[in-house]
Amino acid sequence: MKPAPFDYAAPRSLDETLDLLAERGGEGKILAGGQSLLPVLNFRLAQPALLVDVNRVAGLDTLAATADGGLAVGALVRQRRLERDPEVARRAPLLAEAIRHVAHPQIRARGTLCGSLAHADPAAELPAVALALGARLRLRRRGGERWLEAARFFTGLFATALAPDEMLVEVHFPPAPARTGTAFLEAARRHGDYAQAGVAASVTLGEDGRCRAARLVFLAVGEGPIDAARSAAALVGERPEGTLLEAVARQAAATEIDPLGDIHASAEFKRHLAAVLARRALTEASARAAA
Amino acid sequence: MSAAAPFDPRAAAGSQPLRCTVNGAAVERAVEPRLLLSDFLRHDLGLTGTHVGCEHGVCGACTVLVDGEAVRSCLLLAVQADGLAIETVESLAPGSAELHPLQEAFRAHHALQCGFCTPGILMTMVAFLAEHSAPTEAEVRLALAGNLCRCTGYQNIVDAVLAAARSRRER
Repeated sequence: MKPAPFDYAAPRSLDETLDLLAERGGEGKILAGGQSLLPVLNFRLAQPALLVDVNRVAGLDTLAATADGGLAVGALVRQRRLERDPEVARRAPLLAEAIRHVAHPQIRARGTLCGSLAHADPAAELPAVALALGARLRLRRRGGERWLEAARFFTGLFATALAPDEMLVEVHFPPAPARTGTAFLEAARRHGDYAQAGVAASVTLGEDGRCRAARLVFLAVGEGPIDAARSAAALVGERPEGTLLEAVARQAAATEIDPLGDIHASAEFKRHLAAVLARRALTEASARAAA
Repeated sequence: MSAAAPFDPRAAAGSQPLRCTVNGAAVERAVEPRLLLSDFLRHDLGLTGTHVGCEHGVCGACTVLVDGEAVRSCLLLAVQADGLAIETVESLAPGSAELHPLQEAFRAHHALQCGFCTPGILMTMVAFLAEHSAPTEAEVRLALAGNLCRCTGYQNIVDAVLAAARSRRER
């Protein structure tokens, strides 16, 4: 199918972009990578009156270390660039690990991190990564900006805290504390397909080898990325070893997720996948933290 | 009063100027914003080697190179190609009597049957081989994951890509 007609604007500056969003409040849709938006337009699942193509806006393709030792990713940084840049692997290894699971190289060549977060597909990898790493999101609107924690950005199925006149312009990943390990795993029918279940894990150890902080975030088993914080809290103060990790993973999959069955996998099977992936991811993250 | 002019959708809805290069040649057109790059290549330029399968980024048949990177032309608006360099499958063979080495390897290894997916696979693999001069079989299979072929079972495609990489190293 083909997209329905729309007005098209290709502003050169962020101010111009935000003016357009403000003036056509609610009617405008940002086009960056377009790898989720174009399928939606082609199927006519959405018919926005105005597309604001930001691909020519200067200054949005920043990928840089931040003063605090973290990583800043601008709205036009392509996923392929995140995949290839050694700085990303150093400063946000979970992001580098997860990005290879995002569709295919042809999609990642255009797709952006910010676009994936703003789209908020419950089966997408990058929202779960943003949540697991405690990313902070910079939202701009005409004459103002605000910073939001990833945990407050995702509000439901394909839903975010973005107002119609706001644009997600940048994501900050904070530096990981010492002795932190992360891991990302998902199960999909074929590489590049949407996951049937997936998980991002982060474990920080103290000098005594006991867990100081742990995060376990699921994807594709609920209405958005799910932070299984209650289950992960049981790890704090403990040594991250087999039986405990197994118990935490099972507990999280049994009580904190809400998978829907589909033609390829029942809800029960997805719960099983989630438990197995969570145990493996926590084990791997703990080993990396100790290394 | 003269008769109404025939309906021209290009004149209808805010046409945008588009200047790009396609297979090395400069192209200048006015296009409707909603026109997909895949349809622009096929219908406006007559480059029907780029195939259109699913139109939502899954099948890979429409893969072309944009500034050297393999992308889905069904997930790009034609207007977005302004200022960019597009290469399609028509750019590969140096002449009508000669094939590109990768095409030659596909022929030699029987890496196509119906041929519908072939242009997208060739363009994907051209970009892949530019980055990987000595790929393993596993790397080739992973690189093929974004292109659907319903005839070959992929084995002959993998063989052809590995053979093309090998013969390029030996040249």
